[in-house]
Amino acid sequence: MVAANTNADLAVADDLPRPENRVWKKFRAHKSAMLGGILVVFFVAVALLAPILPIPDPAATDWGMVRKAPSAAHPMGTDEIGRDVLSRMIWGAQASLLAGVISVGIAVAVGVPLGLVAGYFGGWIDAIISRCTEALLAAPFLILAIALAAFLGPSLTNAMIAIGISATPLFIRLTRGQVINIKVEDYVDSARAIGLPTHLILSRYILPNVLPPILVQATLTIATAIIAEASLSFLGLGQQPPAPSWGSMLNTAKNFLNQAPWMAMWPGISIFLVVLGFNLLGDGLRDALDPREH
Amino acid sequence: MVENIDLTVAPGEILCIVGESGCGKSVTAMALMGLLPPDVARIPSGTMNFAGTTFDMTRETLPSDLRGSDMAMIFQEPMTSLNPAFRIGDQIGETVVRHKGCTQAEGRARALEMLRRVGLPSPEDRLDVYPHQLSGGQRQRVMIAMALANDPRLLIADEPTTALDVTIQAQILELIRDLQRDTGMGTILITHDLGVVAEVADTVAVMYGGQMVERGPVAEVFANPQHPYTIGLMASVPRLTGPRGRLTTIPGTVPTMDTMPDGCRFRTRCAFAARTCATRPPLTDVGPDHLTACHFAPLEDMLRVAG
Repeated sequence: MVAANTNADLAVADDLPRPENRVWKKFRAHKSAMLGGILVVFFVAVALLAPILPIPDPAATDWGMVRKAPSAAHPMGTDEIGRDVLSRMIWGAQASLLAGVISVGIAVAVGVPLGLVAGYFGGWIDAIISRCTEALLAAPFLILAIALAAFLGPSLTNAMIAIGISATPLFIRLTRGQVINIKVEDYVDSARAIGLPTHLILSRYILPNVLPPILVQATLTIATAIIAEASLSFLGLGQQPPAPSWGSMLNTAKNFLNQAPWMAMWPGISIFLVVLGFNLLGDGLRDALDPREH
Repeated sequence: MVENIDLTVAPGEILCIVGESGCGKSVTAMALMGLLPPDVARIPSGTMNFAGTTFDMTRETLPSDLRGSDMAMIFQEPMTSLNPAFRIGDQIGETVVRHKGCTQAEGRARALEMLRRVGLPSPEDRLDVYPHQLSGGQRQRVMIAMALANDPRLLIADEPTTALDVTIQAQILELIRDLQRDTGMGTILITHDLGVVAEVADTVAVMYGGQMVERGPVAEVFANPQHPYTIGLMASVPRLTGPRGRLTTIPGTVPTMDTMPDGCRFRTRCAFAARTCATRPPLTDVGPDHLTACHFAPLEDMLRVAG
């Protein structure tokens, strides 16, 4: 009887693309997102390949070649103590991207679980977490990062931790809001109806469904974090000499803007492009992951 | 506020809870499953006796070991009751793994078996699809497969067909009834469709304004309704035979929570209402297993006096 009756709902959706495909398709069609993706991939590749690229030692000084304009031997010129700017740019890309990714990683790793707990359980746990979040958000992002970095002491690692902590409230708030929306969905009730324990409901039913906006926010925050790292390094609170970073390169370059503008130009352009890349990528992901438009 | 509910379901029995929207049918079901959110709902009193164990519902909610194994629930909205982030095979398998403590592979095998049993076409391929790739009827079949995966002894189905196409509704009901016959599980079916009740129920409980007003064997209640609200419900169903006229309606609307009258909650709309209705009518026997909460039951006596 049952078998005979199933014909009516045979309206099978086999030709429907899997969600991964749909997202990828929309992303591909999104020109600026692809441009952002290409920029990001380019800088990531350069940063990863730094150790094997045939470039001079970024810390090697040459007193005969101080502040020389771009030439065949030094395509991006040399700096105030004769170091090759191209080589420093490539190694600096590592510091910048690493700072961006790791600090956002810290922010996600701390912020998302706190947001999940606050949003799901509500009550006094939520009140405590939310008030702390608001207190952190009251201080401007960069000021907070500078204060924390100064407190922790100047180093690239501490700069990443400081930026990560400053970005954490963003992820707590975003996750909490998403969880509050998702936890009233019927499938969360049905998860409880099949007797799943709370930690499984959180990790398997809530988390996967709040992830897309978090992914978008993380991508956009990497851009902010890269600027923050450059700012901290510019102020001497990030990457320490002689190791290169775009921010610290800008810091020294500002003293020679008239004599050697290329020293400021390359890091400036690179920061601009990589930040643009992450922003375009984030916007593209947001559009591609948005379930409302198909 | 839901109160004065007294339900018994025997193995192999289908109990239907009927009543209009907002009368507390779903709240009752959620309370039975222990799914009422503690921050908005409070259970001041109540006990549940399940397979010999008595639970005090005011303190402990149903242990989660029981939920999904011995007691399972099917929800109203198949479109939103499945986790969109997981393949359906994994979702069905998960409940098996959770309660049987078996491996993922065994859970998956059970999922396939269940999909076959609920009549989902080409179940092998369906294991790996996401919920959005299925139609409403198919998703409800998946929900049923999930609910029955652990051979529950009690199934609670909260308006399982309301959100579905009319043509699919009959199939899903048929499926639930067939599976219920095969497994001998007790079933509580919540509906507002008296046609469904007449077709599948053994026992029917009528709810109004959060109270159970009548309960009895389905044939008895349909042939001999005793509560004025039940009578009103029966009279408002269109019939295929007999003279065609305007359908009878029950005058007025359901009072809101804060305007709910004391005593009999139906008295503001009841044709028989009298002063005595300001006190709450107890559930009284009016026939074999037939209970009703009306001061004037059995109504025949009163009508005889009045006539």
